[in-house]
Amino acid sequence: MASEHTVRRFDQDLDQLSATISEMGGLAEVQIADALRALRDRDGALAERVISTDPKIDALDARVQDQTVQLLALRQPMAVDLRVVLSSIKIAAALERIADYAKNTAKRSLVLRDASVPPAAIAGIDRLGRPVQAALKDVLDAFANGDVDKARAVWERDEEIDQSYTALFRELLTYMMEDPRSITGCTHLLFMAKNIERAGDHITNIAELVSFRRTGHGFADRRPKGSADLYSAAAPR
Amino acid sequence: MTVLNIATSIDALPPPKMQGDKVNVYYGAKQALFDVDLSVRERHVTALIGPSGCGKSTFLRCLNRMNDVVEGARVEGRIALDGQDIYDRGVDVVQLRARIGMVFQKPNPFPKSIYENVAYGPRIHGLAAGRAELDAIVETSLRRAGLWKEVSDRLDQPGTSLSGGQQQRLCIARAIAVSPEVILMDEPCSALDPIATATIEELIDELRQNFTIVIVTHSMQQAARVSQFTAFFHLGVVVEYGETPRVFTTPVEKRTQDYITGRFG
Ligand SMILES: Nc1ncnc2c1ncn2[C@@H]1O[C@H](COP(=O)(O)OP(=O)(O)OP(=O)(O)O)[C@@H](O)[C@H]1O
Ligand SMILES: [Mg+2]
Repeated sequence: MASEHTVRRFDQDLDQLSATISEMGGLAEVQIADALRALRDRDGALAERVISTDPKIDALDARVQDQTVQLLALRQPMAVDLRVVLSSIKIAAALERIADYAKNTAKRSLVLRDASVPPAAIAGIDRLGRPVQAALKDVLDAFANGDVDKARAVWERDEEIDQSYTALFRELLTYMMEDPRSITGCTHLLFMAKNIERAGDHITNIAELVSFRRTGHGFADRRPKGSADLYSAAAPR
Repeated sequence: MTVLNIATSIDALPPPKMQGDKVNVYYGAKQALFDVDLSVRERHVTALIGPSGCGKSTFLRCLNRMNDVVEGARVEGRIALDGQDIYDRGVDVVQLRARIGMVFQKPNPFPKSIYENVAYGPRIHGLAAGRAELDAIVETSLRRAGLWKEVSDRLDQPGTSLSGGQQQRLCIARAIAVSPEVILMDEPCSALDPIATATIEELIDELRQNFTIVIVTHSMQQAARVSQFTAFFHLGVVVEYGETPRVFTTPVEKRTQDYITGRFG
């Protein structure tokens, strides 16, 4: 990020922290992609794999906690370093949640194999999932390169995801009204859609944290409407 | 999401108690400070930070004209206390130093009793009418310095018999005994252990209710803990000045960032 510390171990510690987060990010990306594919291809084995992989991400999240506690205690980071450490905890937490949503989606796709749902409804989930997948990839790139512009672009795209979710919600309601036999299956799909939309919100949070690391502020001047303000309680005013 | 936004408002700045304008200091041919403009806010703590040799002590000494006694030192520019230039011809330096006290890096009690260390200033400045009044000043000063409980039963013992941390608090008591308006501290904790340091820091925080304080420190954490305003000096220039939380979380200047995050070199 900036030039090197006089104490080189400090740089190593910070690099390690970022490496752990990148590893989490890569795993979360795969989890989301696999969860969506498991649904699309009705691939039960893949869904099972998503579920059994989740503890790995939880473990990485725990590692980030440990690393940040150590950094705070031993290095007393200031300014940009402090922001890097604080945002790391939050980014890791967001990635852990995103992976959780992937796991929940995978679980429901297993249940869904026995339910009747219109193929168009499943395609709808996929339509919602793709931009979320793309946003996750972009925000992780922005994180790796400290690219605030790219992070802002991701943040701005969340509005589309929200709209796409609202549209899918209506569509699913319509299927349920047309054919009550699809209610069970479509309800699962509704929850999946909600999960994916929430994952999108967490991606937006990460985008803001990428900015915070570099600049000390997010994009809060003009946030897209809607999504719940997860971290607002922690924000000093 | 609202991320930890670090908002700053310089709107409601307290008034400057002291103000340096275009201060240049030379030691012989060597220039140590370059056009330093810096205000010291009333009843607040201002921390001066920066690498060794950047001119912190030099600037601090300008504030009570201690440079007058440094051989070869020359001060240019204007330094005002309550708007009045302290380098004006008519200014009585002894009176000035009663208004602007100083605490040094190494505790330097006089080789006298604890009582005399504190009573000395008020006595020579004629601040006490009699023994009872002087006793009262000594007690109040020691109380304010957080030392009274530890020394009240041995005021006649030499100041040098105290521990380092106690000696430094004795020096602070001595400084406040003459009721100064401003207290200058040059690395007051550098010879103290963490507990004595914490005591002094707590004391500084209390003193700012009544005094304006300027502290030079090499500990970034200490500057962050005790001050409300921070000035970062580098090579005789003030690179950045601002509210302490801002300076330590989102410094504007790269040199400040590099220094406080330990990337200098
Ligand atoms: N009495 C003196 N005679 C000549 N040069 C001096 C004198 N005092 C200071 N200097 C020079 O002026 C510059 C600023 O010194 P100053 O003592 O103000 O630095 P400082 O920031 O307080 O450093 P430190 O953190 O090491 O105490 C240095 O280059 C120093 O060598
Ligand atoms: Mg010095």
